[in-house]
Amino acid sequence: MTVMTTIRINGVSEDLTATTVTDLLTQRGVALDGKGLAVALNGHIVRRQSWTETPLRAGDDIEIVTVRQGG
Amino acid sequence: MNKPETIKADGTEADLLMIAGRSFHSRLFLGTAGYPNRQMMLDAVAASGTEMATASIRRISLAGEDESMVDLLAGRVHFLPNTAGCQTAKDAVLTAELAREALDTNWVKVEVIGDRELLYPNVEELLIATEELVNNGFVVLPYCNDDPVTCQKLADVGAAAVMPLGSLIGSGLGIANPHLIELICQRSPVPVVLDAGIGTASDAALAMELGCSAVLLNTAVSKANDPVRMAAAFKHAVAAGRLARLSGRIPKRQNAEPSSPQFGLVGS
Repeated sequence: MTVMTTIRINGVSEDLTATTVTDLLTQRGVALDGKGLAVALNGHIVRRQSWTETPLRAGDDIEIVTVRQGG
Repeated sequence: MNKPETIKADGTEADLLMIAGRSFHSRLFLGTAGYPNRQMMLDAVAASGTEMATASIRRISLAGEDESMVDLLAGRVHFLPNTAGCQTAKDAVLTAELAREALDTNWVKVEVIGDRELLYPNVEELLIATEELVNNGFVVLPYCNDDPVTCQKLADVGAAAVMPLGSLIGSGLGIANPHLIELICQRSPVPVVLDAGIGTASDAALAMELGCSAVLLNTAVSKANDPVRMAAAFKHAVAAGRLARLSGRIPKRQNAEPSSPQFGLVGS
């Protein structure tokens, strides 16, 4: 049975069925072993080794970032 | 204050820059933004001789990502992630934490702006962010205004270097207030990296002659007509300015001082 959650992902509120960080990244087609990736949940860094065990809950605010060009 | 290694008369002896225990041969740091294409960015990085390049931290795109910046540059340069665009200490600190996680480095260029048009530093928030990040174990290089008081405060809260602007980011206006930069360099207990506003090679040479330990630039190279050639120009300019600084320039005089002998003049 799918559990609907409303969470904020990169500034956008969405209903999602993802239950963990890994789940969400996989849904988005983000390579889990990709370099230059980082995730913060409610203002705190979620380390890569914890992605699979980190649950997502309604009201969460998640940032998924990468490294881009910059000065 | 950075002390140079012994310099030989031919200037070939290493003159290492030390920041937070890391040594650099090159006193030019380069930004990675705004190049016509990725290959040109890589070629410019190579031509510049830089050992440290900046990068930004941004939300992933739903459309998918191009070849990773990390893949392109890892192993070639030390990464200096920035908090470009952040307007609060809170955002800058989170961005820095994300950068540390993404790049496995505790180095960060902290930028906290108070005006989105001018991209001018918000000194109050910058000081808060710098202090917090230093306390969280970061090597902090703050982009700041050309203000000796701000630079001292940043050093006091533990910045590893200070990075005063020459003029507005991307403006190419060079060093607006050379005397202030010189004063900052004289008084700073940490290395001074001129960051922002450099337009051409002579600006970088001047920065080094004023006493800066290094320069950081992006637009002056990436938006030049020939970015790779300009990167090489900057490599030479930074080296020349540094050599000139170490050589001890002549004083500026009000009157002429003849260089040829005064006696034995034909016809006298």
